[in-house]
Amino acid sequence: MRSRTVVLSVLFAALAIVIALVSLSVGTTKLPLADVVEVLLGGGRRGTRLIVLELRLPRVATGLLVGIAFAVSGALLQTLSRNPLASPDIVGVNSGASAGAVAVIVLAGTGGGNISGFAAKVGIPLAALLGGLLATLIVGALSIQRGMVDAGRVVLIGVGIAAAANSLVAWLLVIGDVNDAGRAAAWLAGSLNSREWSDALPVLGAVVLLLPVAMMFNRDLSALVLGDDVASSLGVRVARIRLALLVIATVLAAMATAGAGPIAFVALVAPQVAQRLTRMERPPLVTAATLGALFVVLADLLARNGLQWAQIGPYELPVGVVTAACGAPYLLHLIGRQQKGR
Amino acid sequence: MHPYATTVRSVSPPPVRRTAALVALVVVLLLAFAASLALGSRWLGPGALWHALAANTGSDADVIVRNLRFPRTVVAVLIGLCLGIAGTLMQGHTRNALAEPGIFGVSSGAALAVVLGLQLGLVESVSSTVWVALLGALIATFGVQQLASRGTGATPVGLALTGAAVAAMLGALTSAIVLLDADTLDSYRFWAVGSVAGRGLDVAGQVLPFVVVGLLLAVVNARDLDMLALGDDVAAGLGLSIRRARLVGLGAIGLLTAAGVAACGPIGFLGLLSGHVARRIFGARNTWLIPAAGVIGATALVLADLVGRLVGGAGEVQAGVVLGIVGAPLFVLVVRRRAVAL
Repeated sequence: MRSRTVVLSVLFAALAIVIALVSLSVGTTKLPLADVVEVLLGGGRRGTRLIVLELRLPRVATGLLVGIAFAVSGALLQTLSRNPLASPDIVGVNSGASAGAVAVIVLAGTGGGNISGFAAKVGIPLAALLGGLLATLIVGALSIQRGMVDAGRVVLIGVGIAAAANSLVAWLLVIGDVNDAGRAAAWLAGSLNSREWSDALPVLGAVVLLLPVAMMFNRDLSALVLGDDVASSLGVRVARIRLALLVIATVLAAMATAGAGPIAFVALVAPQVAQRLTRMERPPLVTAATLGALFVVLADLLARNGLQWAQIGPYELPVGVVTAACGAPYLLHLIGRQQKGR
Repeated sequence: MHPYATTVRSVSPPPVRRTAALVALVVVLLLAFAASLALGSRWLGPGALWHALAANTGSDADVIVRNLRFPRTVVAVLIGLCLGIAGTLMQGHTRNALAEPGIFGVSSGAALAVVLGLQLGLVESVSSTVWVALLGALIATFGVQQLASRGTGATPVGLALTGAAVAAMLGALTSAIVLLDADTLDSYRFWAVGSVAGRGLDVAGQVLPFVVVGLLLAVVNARDLDMLALGDDVAAGLGLSIRRARLVGLGAIGLLTAAGVAACGPIGFLGLLSGHVARRIFGARNTWLIPAAGVIGATALVLADLVGRLVGGAGEVQAGVVLGIVGAPLFVLVVRRRAVAL
């Protein structure tokens, strides 16, 4: 890794941790930062420990992990397709995962807006994974042209498959009980409200297992950027590696979606910004991961407290509203640049 | 030369065959209409249908046909006509094979406006929804078109992605509002799925003025579109006011889409489907294409509603969902064909 990349990664990681600490200290009960740090080091009073460790830390940890997973997934997909627009939110992975998860929330719901136990802990992540994989499979199979996945078609076909998955979701919301529909709608906006450790676990598993694997492909990823012909002449088995990385990217995005809903644009924006700042030819994985974590905890801090700070009301917004409000203009900017490039 | 413009020069079938094809399409629409009256959870024969329409005595079958099936079928015909024509007009004006209200972000603009209206208490009846949806639809149409044509003009990819980006942002705002208010969510989710179920003749009556004006503008615009297809310079040379033609087109698209969205909620893919099927049969002459697309749109919506009623059993699958699931493969087909050279 070059020194610029290392410095930026460390900087983003440090900022993400600072924002996470701030997020642990603010809320309905304000805690001094010193108390938060004391609790995290193993001390502190019982009441403080309860608020920090049981209520706020699972949420903040889920946010950090989800940010990492989305950003790495986006970085992999963008590198594979050599298209900055090919993020899991655009090519249908998130919509497929959403359809799976909403199906569990609505169909396994008790009508009280809560699902618990096995259905929630295993059912939602599993359904999200299957939905995401199915969407990837369909999009991938349909965009193959002359034996190769066509980069431009992936995006367009992804938009079509996402539309189909979204109409399934709309139908599930209608057939469900109003409380289940409310829970699903909150989840669909991309939310970290009332996360528990069981929400963070699948994402943690995916990140811990798959991020090192993805890192092992770093050299191949750099070769893929040069084009398939050059890459294969450098000894990269293009088709096999592309498939492996596609699966890794899908699992990461699907697990992140299971944990916090389809938080918009993190997977698209974080790798792109990381690539610009490091001045590399492709999105660097670690820098993108730390930046993704920073984006999500920062957006969640704003979503959770923004309306109170602005004196509008005691409401919390889902984190996805904030990332969409910031990410959509950036996407429009990217499209504008691509159009001018033609 | 824009790839989509080449189809405009292709030869249309001779008048006799075009007339025969249009008559055949109308016959298919009438058959679909009759099927929609006859089929459902209870099958009604020709005798029972005739009895209900001609000699109503208030029997169960009479009530089912007159109060339930006939109104929703009329609404489906009217709104299918609107959305089929609106989509085809859009494809003509933008010279873009993917132009469609659903993809353009128009529906999400209308949706945000309707939710804002519900929240602020401006919207109570469907007639007040029309104005609000119209405003939202027009702003979104204009905004997406402007954003997508920065630089070199709107390419199919640019348009689809700009629509997706705008839809994501407006969707996030919509969900933020919906989540803060459970009552709004409960009204919104039934509206958002896109359905003709339970829409009575009063709904059709309320949107009728918009439909009539929109259709008149579309008829006027069809001839202008044929000239515009020759290129802006040639059209201006032939004495066409390009500005006026564009404004009339935008007005027709906005009115027809808003009427559709207000009456039935966002129903996607209908314009895409109608425009492409009509182009296959009738070639590129807009004076034929536009009425044909209207008939095809009406037939498609009646059939989608009927299919959703038959497969759903006790609970129906809404027409919007049926079209979303049927429409996505069609979208993929259009993308894969060379009509959308990337």
